Amino acid sequence: MSRYTSATDADRAAMLERIGVESIDDLFETIPEGVRLGRALDLPPGRPEQEVFAHLRELASRNVSADDELSFLGAGMYDHYVPALVDSIITRSEFLTPYTPYQPEVSQGTLQVMFEYQTAISELTGLPVSNATLYEGPSALGAAGFLAYQHHRRTRFLISRGVHPHARETLRTMSAGWGIEVQEIPLRDGVTDAGALADALGDDVSAVFLAQPNFLGAVEDLEALVPAIKDCGAIAVCSCDPMTLGVLRPPGDFGVDIAVGEGQPLGNRLDYGGPSFGFFAATNAFLRKMPGRISGETVDADGRRGFVLTLQTREQHIRRERATSNITTAQTLNALAAIVYLSWLGRQGIVEIGELMLQRTAYARKALAAVEGVEPIHEQPVIREFAVRVDADVHDVIERCAAEGVNPGYPLGADYEEHEDGLLVAITEQRTRADIDRLAEVLGRAVAGARRARRPEEVTA
Amino acid sequence: MSLTETPQQRDRATTIYEKSQAGRRAFVAPELDVPHDPDALPERFRRTEPPRLPEIAEPEINRHFNRISKRNFDLDTGFYPLGSCTMKHNPKLHERVAALPGNARLHPAQDPKRAQGALQLMYELQGALAEIAGLPHVSLQPSAGSHGELAGVLLTRAFHEANGDQRHKVLTPDTAHGTNPATVTMAGYEVVKIGTDAQGGVDMDDLKANLDEDVACLMLTNPNTLGVFDENISEIAQLVHGVGATLYYDGANLNAVMGRARPGDMGFDIVHYNLHKTFTQPHGGGGPGAGPIAVSDRIEPYLPRPQVVKTDDGAYDLDFDRPKSIGRLRGFQGNYGVFVRSYAYILSLGGDGLQEASETAVLNANYLLARLKEDGIGEHLPVAFDRLCMHEFVLSGAPMKKNLGLRTTDLAKRLLDHGHHPPTVYFPLLVDEALLIEPTETETRETLDAFADAIADILREGAEDPEIARNAPYTTPVRRLDEAGAAKRPVIRQPLD
Repeated sequence: MSRYTSATDADRAAMLERIGVESIDDLFETIPEGVRLGRALDLPPGRPEQEVFAHLRELASRNVSADDELSFLGAGMYDHYVPALVDSIITRSEFLTPYTPYQPEVSQGTLQVMFEYQTAISELTGLPVSNATLYEGPSALGAAGFLAYQHHRRTRFLISRGVHPHARETLRTMSAGWGIEVQEIPLRDGVTDAGALADALGDDVSAVFLAQPNFLGAVEDLEALVPAIKDCGAIAVCSCDPMTLGVLRPPGDFGVDIAVGEGQPLGNRLDYGGPSFGFFAATNAFLRKMPGRISGETVDADGRRGFVLTLQTREQHIRRERATSNITTAQTLNALAAIVYLSWLGRQGIVEIGELMLQRTAYARKALAAVEGVEPIHEQPVIREFAVRVDADVHDVIERCAAEGVNPGYPLGADYEEHEDGLLVAITEQRTRADIDRLAEVLGRAVAGARRARRPEEVTA
Repeated sequence: MSLTETPQQRDRATTIYEKSQAGRRAFVAPELDVPHDPDALPERFRRTEPPRLPEIAEPEINRHFNRISKRNFDLDTGFYPLGSCTMKHNPKLHERVAALPGNARLHPAQDPKRAQGALQLMYELQGALAEIAGLPHVSLQPSAGSHGELAGVLLTRAFHEANGDQRHKVLTPDTAHGTNPATVTMAGYEVVKIGTDAQGGVDMDDLKANLDEDVACLMLTNPNTLGVFDENISEIAQLVHGVGATLYYDGANLNAVMGRARPGDMGFDIVHYNLHKTFTQPHGGGGPGAGPIAVSDRIEPYLPRPQVVKTDDGAYDLDFDRPKSIGRLRGFQGNYGVFVRSYAYILSLGGDGLQEASETAVLNANYLLARLKEDGIGEHLPVAFDRLCMHEFVLSGAPMKKNLGLRTTDLAKRLLDHGHHPPTVYFPLLVDEALLIEPTETETRETLDAFADAIADILREGAEDPEIARNAPYTTPVRRLDEAGAAKRPVIRQPLD
């Protein structure tokens, strides 16, 4: 009897007898001798629960979490407060431990959650059709690319450099076999260059990918960008941050065909990057081309309202190689966290929290711009994040801030060579004015220190 | 009101939007502690009408979700022998360790220097998974089995292209999970289906007839979805490698063979694991999971980036400098919270415990199969391929349909009234009226006996009055649902106008 099994020696003997074999080994007779392992796995022996807990707690203690420092890290995942209500509901066995609702009569809880989630995503994005999650943000953008590839066999994708670098790379990875060229549209003054986009558009363009707000935090003028995309018959895809959609006009308002994005800010914890979820919403035209599970309303044999997985003829278990996606296991529990969170935030709260982020972000940008050796990378409106340039080695600056217990943000250089000393600073409702003032103070010291440290090298150079 | 209608059945699935009343709320906003800047956002960017999210106070949100949770059947409460899904016990320790602030509150863009615990955990999980599969290089990045499959076929594409080799076809057996052919299309290849022989393995003649230098890859599950271990696996590997193709292992069924056999030793080049199956994650009503991949040396240069590595000074780091990499498949480092749970599982069981888990899974499956061959059951639900099974097995409901006029779906729905989750039904496709049953190692003999007894009861009842099962279930929160109607007139969001 090992951990989590119940078979005693007596059970095992009785069961083997019933099967009609002598030993456990006999059950593995069908594995040819040549491919049997023939030795024990080279892994340490099992350990008691308390030791496993102690070891994992020790490992976790070696991480500097958002509890351990004053963090302004964002870049796609954000330190929003997750209400206790979310934890309480998502840890219920009834939601936590079933699988995909293949038997709807005993899965009404999950199916109703999916239906309510789909409604909330539809409301946020201003698009009528939502699925019940994909894995996470960047791969959801890739899924929009696959939809476009299947929809019309055109040969170019245009993607703004304002789209998350991970999403841009994921689109390239996923499209390797589609015969589609992925072309980047540059930014100008922090936002997608409308002129460059107009020049690149043509009737061979399958889809255009934008982000709102973009990776540098700037609010894009979708009203100016989307019509030209539609005019050449390309699919307009917008990756958006759901926490901003109480304040910003939704993508559906501008004729965007598909809205995708990273769902983590909606009631999901940071978890070092996952699990979270990706949302995917579209116009009615793409209802039957959507990837992923969708819950739909119906009635039972006695006329009661109920929900089922619907439009399943899109899916891999039925359509196989002609399916709209290969996805099966997605992120349903994370969608539950999102709908609980959005219910908790509510219709007024989503606006209030967005407005608070907007004002604090504007304040923070001004506060940092006033710091010697720090200047904004662009002057566009920002709502939850903004980019600055430091006149010093950004990594040195980050280390100096870390020594004072502050994480000033995400260094841009690895993703944007033109912003080698760029820093992306994220604000949530958890970062107060006092926190922002402290950031300005610590960053000022760090930049000054880094400049002093740099000077001797410059002299020798 | 009917005399037998339960309170849950009377609860007519009111949605949270229907419980909403203008002005109600749960959220209390932090105060605006900075000067209000009226010019922060130009008016033309502003939303005019707020999204119609629910307006509802916390006590009612709480009650709503708790109430609808009870309309679910769940693994913590009962037997869930869903074939190919490995619904084994989810240890509660795992939730505790995943929720530690050092894990749950760790930002994915944290500098690796300040995420050493997380990176060490990932590195050690990679090593353990490599040993279990017998392949040396692991990427944890893919987010589910199907995502791992996509990674694997894209790796195959990169491998062939690096060799200047344009290939167009990928072979999948007709017993394959639907994800395999769907993945092949997503990776830009054409699917060629391979038949199954009388023993339930790959039809070798069909394989040979279709293998040529235009074949990029053969995707296999072993044991396959019939619960059958393919005894020709070594020859298959030789043939596939003989034409320069790769051999891909769909790890959905890895729970059968841990410590007994390894895909790497069978000749597979690429493997995906379903951490949510073999390495127990709560399935969450359909995720999250994770689908790491392991590969042989010749595929390693193409692995997704970043890779978690151990540097010469003993520190852990993310390696982005991988020029031949297929690139990212998603943001950041993968579903880390899932890794924490599976790592805890591997530490708890150890090598011997993992082997025993597989052995007990196979024991339980064969015992349940033996029970279901009994008189009164076996003649209605014969096993599709009559041999010792691995961790799961397939019955055919075709004789039951002929003898009793009951379809597999009727049996499945009647099982709900007995308090058991039904097996996977109507899969694999090549077995008529299929039931795919996977009991897992964490169930007791008594539970397996109770399940077999319930099946026997249903068949006995069906012989007397088939209408009972045909109209089942009776005791569930709703009864059979009109799925055709749902698809014909889709209502997929709450109307709010």
